[in-house]
Amino acid sequence: MRYILQRRELRPDDWRYLGEECAESDALIVPLAQLRADPLQWQKRSGPLGALLGPADSVAELSELLPWLALVALQFPNPGDGRGYSQARLLRARLGFAGELRAVGAGVRQDQVFLLTRCGFDSLEPLPGVDLEAVRRALNRYSVAYQPGSAQVELRRQRFMPGAPSAARSPD
Amino acid sequence: MYRYDELDQALVDERVAEFRDQVRRHLAGELSEEEFRPLRLRNGLYIQRHAPMLRIAIPYGLLSAQQLRALAHITRRYDRGYGHFTTRQNLQLNWPALADVPDILAELARVQMHAIQTSGNCVRNVTADHMAGIAPDEIDDPRPYCEIIRQWATLHPEFTYLPRKFKIAVTGSAEDRAASEVHDIGLQLRRATGGEIGFTVRVGGGLGRAPVIGQVIREWLPVTDLLAYLEAILRIYNLHGRRDNIHKARIKVLVKSLGIERFRSEVEHEWQAGRACAAQLSASELERVRGFFRPQAYESLSNIDVASGREPPFQAWYRYNTRPHRVPGYRAVLVSLKAHGAVPGDMTAGQMEALADLAERVSFGLVRSTHTQNLLLADVPQHRLHEVWQELLSLGLAMPNIGTLTDMIACPGLDFCSLANAGTLSVARQIQERFDDLDYLYDLGEIEIKMSGCMNACGHHHVGHIGILGVDKHGEEWYQISLGGSANGFTALGEVIGPSVPQPEVAITLERIVETYRELREDGERFIDTVRRIGIAPFRERAYALHPAAA
Repeated sequence: MRYILQRRELRPDDWRYLGEECAESDALIVPLAQLRADPLQWQKRSGPLGALLGPADSVAELSELLPWLALVALQFPNPGDGRGYSQARLLRARLGFAGELRAVGAGVRQDQVFLLTRCGFDSLEPLPGVDLEAVRRALNRYSVAYQPGSAQVELRRQRFMPGAPSAARSPD
Repeated sequence: MYRYDELDQALVDERVAEFRDQVRRHLAGELSEEEFRPLRLRNGLYIQRHAPMLRIAIPYGLLSAQQLRALAHITRRYDRGYGHFTTRQNLQLNWPALADVPDILAELARVQMHAIQTSGNCVRNVTADHMAGIAPDEIDDPRPYCEIIRQWATLHPEFTYLPRKFKIAVTGSAEDRAASEVHDIGLQLRRATGGEIGFTVRVGGGLGRAPVIGQVIREWLPVTDLLAYLEAILRIYNLHGRRDNIHKARIKVLVKSLGIERFRSEVEHEWQAGRACAAQLSASELERVRGFFRPQAYESLSNIDVASGREPPFQAWYRYNTRPHRVPGYRAVLVSLKAHGAVPGDMTAGQMEALADLAERVSFGLVRSTHTQNLLLADVPQHRLHEVWQELLSLGLAMPNIGTLTDMIACPGLDFCSLANAGTLSVARQIQERFDDLDYLYDLGEIEIKMSGCMNACGHHHVGHIGILGVDKHGEEWYQISLGGSANGFTALGEVIGPSVPQPEVAITLERIVETYRELREDGERFIDTVRRIGIAPFRERAYALHPAAA
């Protein structure tokens, strides 16, 4: 049984990855390439559908499929690869994805999860063996931030608000 | 200067607690060195040749007397009683113990300082013109924008794991004293005909292995769009910058591979598409921060003749180590960290404390670090200059060589840095010894020497009038010399004059080069202008004249 942190709760993972044993009605996560190769095949399934993206994948390629997706999982192969942070921001803020957004892999550790969650991830799947309690505690490391971010993280104070400036446009 | 509010203070305090826990886990074996490395780097902590090196942020080079005293205390208590000022206006400690670093950070937090993002693949300390707020030719004070960028970049949720380090500089004057054209992003303040303030934005500049001058991506950016536009650039870079090869990971490589036109259109599209969710710089927030950088409470004074009739050493110091100030009756004083016989940029705890006292007496209690590794007392009444000179003289901080050949920039080199290929400090000493005659230095006039111990170019050798790059040749230290670089207003990359020279011959080679200049210069012509006029060939011929073997 795989455990994950979902909205700060430690719980068993309901999802299966393609290749893992699962029933037709189980929630299934499919890599982007396979999903794009034959979208209809996957949409026909009775169970919920999720997509798995690597750091080099373009989230824009996912936009047509998003209405069918209950979950998007982004891979973090190592802590130094920060592309998933921007992918998450684009999925949430630009493409309006409101389903479960999951961070997966070696780059999901207690020292990264505060920022990951601020970028819009609401579920965290570190490598097996990682102390999920410590990961959960790390979500409270900061009580303040400068930048706009996901409401997932409750902050006492935050400085720069999101939104286009109200000032008139100056000459280009 | 900017003062932390409760949010700013909470953030640095929580950062100290986080790092204390990370160090504890590392020392307990829960975090391997490989896992700990990116975490410590984001707090300015390198593991160097002899000991860890801690790089303390001095945002845009501005320090209060209280902060300078705290730095003195820290160097005494946790290090060996001195620190090294860097070309990013920061301060490095060369000998702290790893286990002490959380306590050092806690001491820094008590005086509203930190070491956040002074290294690692993230947005680094934002630098500015050291004459900000006092330069006669200033369009607008860059420091409020630097402070806003500092805050916006600090623990940025999206941009903390970039492909490579990212450096931003802001300049507010016509003369670019912040070297903004050799930064990943260079922001130059502009005033439109209608009076509104904006930026010209350059991108993709940088030194390192493959030096590049930044290109204009936007001629005019309204200040309120600053953060949204930075976010667009950083997002394109974060998603598309190369991560497979550390030497090709800077934004300059991405800009070059896409071409500036394509890169611009990607950024502009991202900017427009992302504006609704981007961090907003509101007019009220900008005003709040600008409020911290209002002009000082200057006395009503007139300009006076300070130097006439005074002793010649004072006259020389006045000429070389002070600069005009926007306010009548005041002058900016450069505190030379380039005494002959000393390591460029080094300062002892005693000097720091004495300078803090002096700053409180004569310059509103503030000190600035410059990217040329000197310090600055920005607001000194002219009638107190003689007293200031005497005091600096007694502290060993009045070497009247600013802007001359021995006011050189040097990274710490092989003596401390584990990346370096060659020493810089011994070469600096050799140059100081050979060029110890002030009259000769004054005759040579303005010459910038910039020296790096490896091609990472922390010493900015590409943009030195004379650049010196240490290279390793079969275990021996050799030095490659380039001429014609510049980062002030007219940015240019130097050209290598020929084969590298062995360590003992660096200063003599420089002497042949400047002697060539003395012979070939026209009336009143600066070294750099002679190089630009006649090219490097005459210098090459003379530099190697006595070394047929080397040529």
